[in-house]
Amino acid sequence: MKEVKVLGPGCKRCVATAEMIQNEADKLGVAVRVEKVTDYAAIAGYGIASTPGVVIDGKVVHAGGLPKPDDLARWLTA
Amino acid sequence: MSFDSMSERAVDARPSTARWIGWTVAALIAWGIIYSQLVPFSAWVTAATRIDPNSHLGEAVSFFAYDTPKVLMLLALVVFGMGVVRSFFSPERTKILLAGKGQGIGNVLAASLGIVTPFCSCSAVPLFIGFVSAGVPLGVTFSFLISAPMVNEVALGLLFGLLGWKVALTYLCFGLAVAIVSGWIIGRLHLDLWLEDWVRNIRAAAVDLPAEELSAIDRIKAGIEAVYDIVGKVWPWIIAGIAVGAFIHGYVPADLLATIMGRDAWWSIPAAVAIGIPMYSNAAGIIPIVEALLAKGAALGTVLAFMMSVIALSLPELIILRKVLTIRLIAVFVGVVGSGILGVGFLFNFLF
Repeated sequence: MKEVKVLGPGCKRCVATAEMIQNEADKLGVAVRVEKVTDYAAIAGYGIASTPGVVIDGKVVHAGGLPKPDDLARWLTA
Repeated sequence: MSFDSMSERAVDARPSTARWIGWTVAALIAWGIIYSQLVPFSAWVTAATRIDPNSHLGEAVSFFAYDTPKVLMLLALVVFGMGVVRSFFSPERTKILLAGKGQGIGNVLAASLGIVTPFCSCSAVPLFIGFVSAGVPLGVTFSFLISAPMVNEVALGLLFGLLGWKVALTYLCFGLAVAIVSGWIIGRLHLDLWLEDWVRNIRAAAVDLPAEELSAIDRIKAGIEAVYDIVGKVWPWIIAGIAVGAFIHGYVPADLLATIMGRDAWWSIPAAVAIGIPMYSNAAGIIPIVEALLAKGAALGTVLAFMMSVIALSLPELIILRKVLTIRLIAVFVGVVGSGILGVGFLFNFLF
């Protein structure tokens, strides 16, 4: 089970990013738990300066803008 | 991956890049050809409507038929260019560049990076906290936060399209100056204690993002996406703005605004800033109107001050920033930036 955190205050792109990850995981058959982190202090604690950010199993892999589909597959299968 | 598939990829990667660049160049040339035909096009449209070109309606129609495509095309060009340039920058990288920089040089660097770093006001708060917790001085952070929304590609593209490159360049320089000086002053005031408590206590983890490797194709795509995204969003505003502008062009007497917004009315600058701060509009809606106001005798400094205060200081942004700044710090921020804009207005009307 991969722990995925989407960091963002609730903007449209943050919601879209969370959906993209869930869909990609379903497609690949990878078990994930996607959690949205909206608390500013928590987001800042990860050290990113732009949202949405993506954290997979505790590691920041992306910050700012929608992630690319290729990257999603790579993160989820890594 | 086998050796075969790797060499295969290397072989077809190159023609594909060449094809993208070729198409981009071809598109730019087509752009230039269409752009050069806009004047005959607007004359043709006005003639086709059978309206006397010297009548009020005729002036309004020809203004609209010429300005709408011209502005949209120039905007698309600037947004595309900016989209490509921005693919070389990220807020995280900018943060690292700015961390530990002192006052002065840090403010100049921050304001300049504010133009080219991708920025969305929705992530202003994470950005602010990210910068401050990484050791970017407060004043330097403000320089970035002032220049990023104010000197944006939509404002520059529209000013370029409607008022010419000289005005666009002037806006760029004065916008940078306001961001640098305001940030420097805020830094000198040592207001770090006026941040909300929780912000000062954050210890951000050092993040080590894998650098995203972008090819030339990715960067061209980034430019195209920016055009879709931004021009796709703002075009109704621009058309509405130009329609209002066309109306003003055709029907409002030429010197009507000279007395209330002209150079001799010194009080019109503070009035323009005071009206502009609570107003919230993207650059797209306001600039076509600004152009029409200018044509009717409003002074450029007054109009620039109005525009800057509308774009740089807005109520929604202040409400977002309230999460990290105390009311006192917000008041200082508005006061310093507002004074800076006021200064630009006066200086400009004095110089030109």
